[in-house]
Amino acid sequence: MDGGCSDDVTVEIGDEPHVLAVDDNLIDRKLVEKLLKNSSCKVTTAENGLRALEYLGLGSDKRNTMEGTASKVNLIITDYCMPGMTGYELLKKIKESSVLREVPVVIMSSENVPTRISQCLQEGAQMFMLKPLKQSDVKQLKCYLMKCRG
Amino acid sequence: MDLVKLQRQWVDYRASLYKEGFLDEQFTQLQELQDENNPDFVVEVVSLFFEDSERLLNELTTALEQQSIDFKRVDAHVHQLKGSSSSIGAQRVQTSCIAFRNYCEEQNVEGCLTCLQQVRLEYSLVKTKLEYMFQLEQQILSAGGSSPM
Repeated sequence: MDGGCSDDVTVEIGDEPHVLAVDDNLIDRKLVEKLLKNSSCKVTTAENGLRALEYLGLGSDKRNTMEGTASKVNLIITDYCMPGMTGYELLKKIKESSVLREVPVVIMSSENVPTRISQCLQEGAQMFMLKPLKQSDVKQLKCYLMKCRG
Repeated sequence: MDLVKLQRQWVDYRASLYKEGFLDEQFTQLQELQDENNPDFVVEVVSLFFEDSERLLNELTTALEQQSIDFKRVDAHVHQLKGSSSSIGAQRVQTSCIAFRNYCEEQNVEGCLTCLQQVRLEYSLVKTKLEYMFQLEQQILSAGGSSPM
């Protein structure tokens, strides 16, 4: 693996939501992946904002023509503190995209900074979650996702 | 050694790690993630933590040896270590990282060096203890018991 995105190749049984999890910390990536899989989600992980954008089709080379195509993910969950592009900057890029702006974005952080939280929510983040994430947090997310699909 | 004795040893040992603050609730969360589909999940994640921490500790040592210390860089590494230790429930490592970050902010070299020593110590303590706990688990499995995790 070249350290880009890791795609989970599972057979889709029914309607499993597909979540893109972005975190520069290897241990946290593994944890969030397991938490999501335990809640029957299909998971793709990315180690930084750039890789996440590439996966979503918003890469700098813009190879994908995504006009009118539904986004391939149902939820994006991203760490806030990442080198290069922060989770907040990633959130902004997603919200600027006509194709992706409807995809809910959840921000995670190990630090409980009220200004940071309101900044993210104002920019359109669906939720802000404190790390380390627990199974109950992810269950909450899953409920939200299932409601979204009606 | 008989199975019941081993199992009791494991339970007691694990309890002591919590009591002494080496592990916290997050480690329990980790154990709860382990299931038949991923019977080695805890060992896998903890092994990743060991590798990653050793890498970070080496980076920290190098960064603090520089003529002109890049405190932002040092802080970034400590932030990573704080994050991973928090995620696996290695409470004392996490706590020692908090003090470390404060010295980074103050750009206090001596403080940072002392903290690095402290973090190294806490890390090697928790590593030894977790490895022993995994060893006990292996003995239980070899004696025909099921994973106590």
